[in-house]
Amino acid sequence: MATYSTNEFKSGLKIMMDGDPYAIVENEFVKPGKGQAFNRAKVRNLKTGRVIERTFKSGDSVEGADVVDVDLQYLYNDGEYWHFMDPQSYEQLTADTAAMGDSAKWLKEEAICQVTLWNGVPLSVAPPNFVVMTIVETDPGVRGDTSGGGGKPATLETGAVVRVPLFVQNGEVIKVDTRTGEYVSRVKE
Amino acid sequence: MPSPPRNWRPVADGDTLRLRAELLAKTRAFFAAHAVLEVETPALSAAAVTDPHLFSFATPYSGPGPRHGRMLYLHTSPEFPMKRLLAAGSGCIYQIAKVFRDGEAGRRHNPEFTLLEWYRVGFDHHQLMTEVAELVTMLLTGRLPLATAERLSYREIFQRHLKLDPHRVSVTELARCVEQCGISMVPGMPMDDVDPWLDLLLTHGIESRLGQGRLSFIYDYPASQAALARLRPGDPPLGERFELYVNGLELANGFHELGDAGEQRRRFEAENAARGAQGLPAMPMDENLLAALEAGLPDCAGVALGFDRLVMLAAGKAAIQDVIAFPADRA
Repeated sequence: MATYSTNEFKSGLKIMMDGDPYAIVENEFVKPGKGQAFNRAKVRNLKTGRVIERTFKSGDSVEGADVVDVDLQYLYNDGEYWHFMDPQSYEQLTADTAAMGDSAKWLKEEAICQVTLWNGVPLSVAPPNFVVMTIVETDPGVRGDTSGGGGKPATLETGAVVRVPLFVQNGEVIKVDTRTGEYVSRVKE
Repeated sequence: MPSPPRNWRPVADGDTLRLRAELLAKTRAFFAAHAVLEVETPALSAAAVTDPHLFSFATPYSGPGPRHGRMLYLHTSPEFPMKRLLAAGSGCIYQIAKVFRDGEAGRRHNPEFTLLEWYRVGFDHHQLMTEVAELVTMLLTGRLPLATAERLSYREIFQRHLKLDPHRVSVTELARCVEQCGISMVPGMPMDDVDPWLDLLLTHGIESRLGQGRLSFIYDYPASQAALARLRPGDPPLGERFELYVNGLELANGFHELGDAGEQRRRFEAENAARGAQGLPAMPMDENLLAALEAGLPDCAGVALGFDRLVMLAAGKAAIQDVIAFPADRA
């Protein structure tokens, strides 16, 4: 894998530290009036999502991380692993629970997900920004209420629970923003 | 027809550019009133700075003349030729020069920037600090509330903020202090050199607290960080160097200038040796400067002030790019 000089640091660059892949979030060049310059970086651990601060001597090199984002189609879950396919090459890849994180609850079969691969293995999975799902369970609401205020919990076909307006009924299809976990609208079938 | 680049416009706004021009005019008036002569020296030179932490842009010269086929270097400061003028009897001089430093870019750095550099014959570093305070206070008055300027030794700021004596401390103690300050472990820090550790603590642990609401001069640096300042004998000997900070921003660096040609040559050689140890090429040292020192530099103090940073303070801007019409990304 390539190495990167601190002069190549920019947000989004993937580097290896302590055996884990990290992405640079922010990079600041600091230098006393005379003497050693440093790069003071904020970096995100791509396995845990945690952001920490790390300082490097300017001009030093850091090993790059073989991390790429690919669009893969979700196929099925076998009880232990989630199976994905590259729609171009038909190559199949499996992701474990750690890589899936909270994303599993948003996945319906055939959904196209952005999967981050580290050394060719799924490291994290991002669901589509918007998903369309059927409500399988929610309390009957007041039909006349279209205000959207208040709301109630609704369980979706994948098991995810979102707050929906009171007028939304069991069996209806809704659009959800997976980044916030919030209801967007009803969808006409 | 190709579409024009989207970023042709200046970054600095009109008010900032007018303020910049006003500060330049006031600076020139200040030196005219103090009978300090404005000079110009070459930006492009056959000699270069040997400091292992400074990187010169280099370009080959292919035209006619004695420099044919030579590598020429853009200056990182006009210090060496200005000292040749002093040795030639110029008297007190100043220059407002564009200087160039490869590898320096960020919110407080642009690889090309403006230095205000001046030399006062017969001054020591304390007398020059007084004049720097006079000029900077005059330029910032009405734009930045400033309490009375303070002077603290390098030792005092380390004792005040980190409870350690920078002139007696070991690498082990410095490493412990770095950890206690919550600064991340920095790969590749040397175990036989305290200076990078002091630099780390200064930039990460102290700098942001220096000069809050006032001019803060830091003076008397470790001999190993004297750069081009003379050493004052003592236990330990100290470099007669100073830095100015305002609101955590490093604004100026000054010296009671080293005039000893032999000592200057030894420092150049030591710096080139340090470059070699780091895998960096040795730089051609300025033999003209050494010859001028040999002929005799008048006793003097000199200072280089980052003019763009002064404009940042006056304009209330957080990034150097905001006070430059076309910073590196749009140059």
